[in-house]
Amino acid sequence: MNGVHDMGGMHGMGPIEREEHEPVFHHEWERRAFALTMAAGFLGEWNIDMARHARERIPPARYLASSYYEKWLLGLETLLAERGLVTRDELVTGRPRGRSSPGRVLKASDVGRVLLKGGPARLPERVPPRFKPGDRVVAKNVNPVGHTRLPRYARGKRGVVDRDYGVFIFPDAHAMGLGKKPQHLYGVRFAARELWGPDASPGDAVYVDLWDDHLDPA
Amino acid sequence: MSDHHHDHASEPGSPLAETDLRVRALESLLVEKGLVDPAALDAVIDTYETKVGPRNGARVVARAWVDPAFRARLLADATAAIAELGYMGRQGEDMVALEDTPKVHNLVVCTLCSCYPWPVLGLPPVWYKSAPYRSRAVLDPRGVLREFGVELGDDVEVRVWDSTSEMRYLVLPERPAGTEGMSEEALAQLVTRDSMIGVAKVTPPARGGPR
Repeated sequence: MNGVHDMGGMHGMGPIEREEHEPVFHHEWERRAFALTMAAGFLGEWNIDMARHARERIPPARYLASSYYEKWLLGLETLLAERGLVTRDELVTGRPRGRSSPGRVLKASDVGRVLLKGGPARLPERVPPRFKPGDRVVAKNVNPVGHTRLPRYARGKRGVVDRDYGVFIFPDAHAMGLGKKPQHLYGVRFAARELWGPDASPGDAVYVDLWDDHLDPA
Repeated sequence: MSDHHHDHASEPGSPLAETDLRVRALESLLVEKGLVDPAALDAVIDTYETKVGPRNGARVVARAWVDPAFRARLLADATAAIAELGYMGRQGEDMVALEDTPKVHNLVVCTLCSCYPWPVLGLPPVWYKSAPYRSRAVLDPRGVLREFGVELGDDVEVRVWDSTSEMRYLVLPERPAGTEGMSEEALAQLVTRDSMIGVAKVTPPARGGPR
């Protein structure tokens, strides 16, 4: 979706504000919102691409006005309600109307193992690659209303396949409940001048990770 | 510098107080419904506050600086090489190391969200997740680097890596001159988080500084 989250190349966002000796979390509620998101994700009711898409669907004005973990909280509430794990009424009142029957609940004793294992997006499927390193490609000019990992600034631009990372889940399908759609993922090199015009530095480049379905031969 | 030092969450009526209440309510709701275990939340928080952070990545970089065979393995298969040091898992399932040279400077961003290599760098700082960095890193990397105090010549190629997939990028910065003979442990102390994102160079220790 052409959301405000897709902000590569935008102007006017202000200076980059850094903080010396920044803590991992700034408030207790940030700790809890982070951990709740991780633990709720473990229930298996949605995947990471759906979680990203839930945050992207925050209305633009609110997205820009929200801090990072506020966005996580909003995304989590959306997913819980959409999956029927909690009702909007329960979210408002904070009072449960009966217990849910979750498939799996993250236990403290499993946290270390679960985090070390991670959630690999790499797939064992043998899918032939459509491109190989050195191939000239053009990123598709598409404007899907759903989730996509093809940023607007790269659409319609010409690049060169730098490396083939192997077969991965295709997030654009996975986020929408359309399965994993296994396909090759590539690091694609775009010259800065191809993306931004003659004012860009001549030798500089932006590398974007893109999948077979994002690319056409150029 | 932003003012994040004071916890305004306790001020009644402030938006943060509302958010604080909202998170508390959500946690108690999910616990009562049997969906989350509060002890697991504590364990998750403890992992990212005390166990995982940029010191992990600094050890990877220092090892690559002193051990050419490890460096070669890191550049060929970063996931496996980093796992040799015990760092793996969530948000670092597939790693790529980006080698800085006198002619190439690498910079990592996630324009679409906040993708970041957790096992080696921990959770990202606020600026990395902010609209100013996400919007400008791809368009004006040299301007961004200047704001961070890094001035690059025209003969240096800037490569910006937009983390749009589950590949996670770790910059392998250049080893500064004047560090010959330093131990791996001492070298790791020089390596900053920002140098592994690509917004800083690693600077040699001040004369008479730590060895």
